[in-house]
Amino acid sequence: MRDLTLDTPSGDGMRDLMHRLRRSGSASGALVMLAGLCVLFGLLAPNFLATSNLVNVALQSTILLLIALPMTLIIMTEGLDLSVGAVLTLANVVLATIAVKTGGVGLSLLSALAIGAVFGLLNGTLVARLGIPPFVATLGTLGVAQGMALVVTDGQSVVGIPESVQMLYSGALLGVPLPICIAVIAYLAFHVVLYHTRFGACVFALGGNREALSLAGVRMRWYLVAVYLISGLMAGLAALLLTARISAGHPTAALGIEFDAIAAVAVGGTSFERGKGWLLGTLIGVLAVGVLRNGLNLMGVSSAVQVAAIGFLVILALTIDALRERNV
Amino acid sequence: MSAIMNQFRPQTGAAAAASGAGAWQALPDPVRSVVLRLLALALLCLVLSVASDAFLTSANILNVLRQAALLFLLASGLTLVILTAGLDLSVGANVAMSACLAATVMKATGSITLAVFVGLACGLAIGVANGILITLIRIPPFIATYGMLWILHGITYWFMRGETIHGFPAAFRALGSGHWLGVPIPVYLMVVFLVVGAVFAQRTRWGQEIYAVGANPEAARLSGVPVKSRLVLVYAVSGAMAGLASLIFLARLNSAEGDIGEAMTLPAIAAVLIGGTSLFGVVGSVFGTLVGALILTLVLNGMNLLAINANWQPVVTGVIVVMAVYLDNLTRKGDGR
Repeated sequence: MRDLTLDTPSGDGMRDLMHRLRRSGSASGALVMLAGLCVLFGLLAPNFLATSNLVNVALQSTILLLIALPMTLIIMTEGLDLSVGAVLTLANVVLATIAVKTGGVGLSLLSALAIGAVFGLLNGTLVARLGIPPFVATLGTLGVAQGMALVVTDGQSVVGIPESVQMLYSGALLGVPLPICIAVIAYLAFHVVLYHTRFGACVFALGGNREALSLAGVRMRWYLVAVYLISGLMAGLAALLLTARISAGHPTAALGIEFDAIAAVAVGGTSFERGKGWLLGTLIGVLAVGVLRNGLNLMGVSSAVQVAAIGFLVILALTIDALRERNV
Repeated sequence: MSAIMNQFRPQTGAAAAASGAGAWQALPDPVRSVVLRLLALALLCLVLSVASDAFLTSANILNVLRQAALLFLLASGLTLVILTAGLDLSVGANVAMSACLAATVMKATGSITLAVFVGLACGLAIGVANGILITLIRIPPFIATYGMLWILHGITYWFMRGETIHGFPAAFRALGSGHWLGVPIPVYLMVVFLVVGAVFAQRTRWGQEIYAVGANPEAARLSGVPVKSRLVLVYAVSGAMAGLASLIFLARLNSAEGDIGEAMTLPAIAAVLIGGTSLFGVVGSVFGTLVGALILTLVLNGMNLLAINANWQPVVTGVIVVMAVYLDNLTRKGDGR
């Protein structure tokens, strides 16, 4: 099964080595970008390097990481999930509504996960079973989820989130903030799944060589559906942290976060066309996007300009990726 | 007529009996696809005129045509892009930036000509930038134009600082809300660009080369088509049409805000796909997009007339997009492609 993880023929040691080198090359690229941003804001932005601010960056990055991890898998299968921000938003308003009514975490988290699962299954079915191109299928479900979030709330915010939900963002376990605990667990789980299971090997192969995969008798459609399902579920989980953080449900709460996630994956060196990706790069990419937003915030730059800056970052990362691929 | 056509097809007895069906089968695919969509359009009109008394009034019909005209202008350029198996997700953000720039220039100088020129030039420049990212740097179209979307969005919001520009000269407003012989001006523009677009795509060498690029870029290149410059051309046309649409939108609203065209990307893509243009390129036409724009506008208009909460509109549009692509996939499988 292991040979399926490479897009090069098995046993071709030299190309395997080149592949690994290139992969670490793109990771160091992401690290350079992250370090560059840290130096830049350390010089330009007051208090950027203060411990409390760095902890803040880490805390704010946790929600993005929960979204960016499954986005990495999806992009590795040459797919895309544009709906994740809208699904997260819908889960946020439903979770908030139910939490206000029941006063507890359990049922509200369950409903958020259920919404994520439904949209994930829907996306997966549209892409894998009906053969609809991912960016259009998920653009359609984006519209659906966004409209439903507005319908559910009638355009109003949901307030009065119980203490038990808010604790999930402000609380700590053995001195480590809870969101960071959740993010670390999620990262480790994705690492194990991607690099140490048959499922992970198939994710690599889905982007590299689908024909070989189906010839090898793998039911690739189910794996593809599962990848989108995971993305939906993680959006449901992220909705819990988001609701706890903003102490509200809002019908536009996380619209557009999919772009931050895609930016993190692109900066992390995962390729959009060749099914190559890796998780540590995405982690670095998430931190780079978090540092960029935080630093610009400290400098008093509006969130509109932050979005444009992330747009340039994406185009830059993709340009570097395209040029690198051409020179190989 | 049908008898002549049927001579050339081997038939079973049952099929021969239904010679009407035979004639239908004999029609070329594009004609059949457009006829089906026109039938759907007629059916929709019928249902709406039964469901709502307000539908078949001349005021409502003209309103539908005016809205469809704006959508068509935006979607017609996008049709060329999708014919090459590409995609332009930045059209909505392009409309926003072009409209805001044109509005600013008009307020500052008072010159309508200059504002129109700036709006069109802004749209065109964005389209060319998309084309360069896609052809020269070779970033996949959907992600290049998606990145462009957010760059434009950010710059437009920053530029407008949450302010609204409103109150334009009457001569400019006529572009969006004026009439001539009782028909809204945008409808004339729709007809003009329908003819220009259809002739360009079907009857010129460049238009045919665009279809060829969509069918197989490598084969097109080998048969002497300048693939890259044709690709830049379609994105430039899509950008310029977004610039034009932004002016008409601006003239109709008589005000500009940072979020002015944001919600237009999904409907524009929907109009192209409902019109029968395939996301995989080659199949489709500008006329089909007109029918698609009319169908989508009628659906949304019907929801308004039936007093359905406007928040459902993105839901319905999203479902329609997905269904349109799914039906297209079914037809392609049916053709054994």
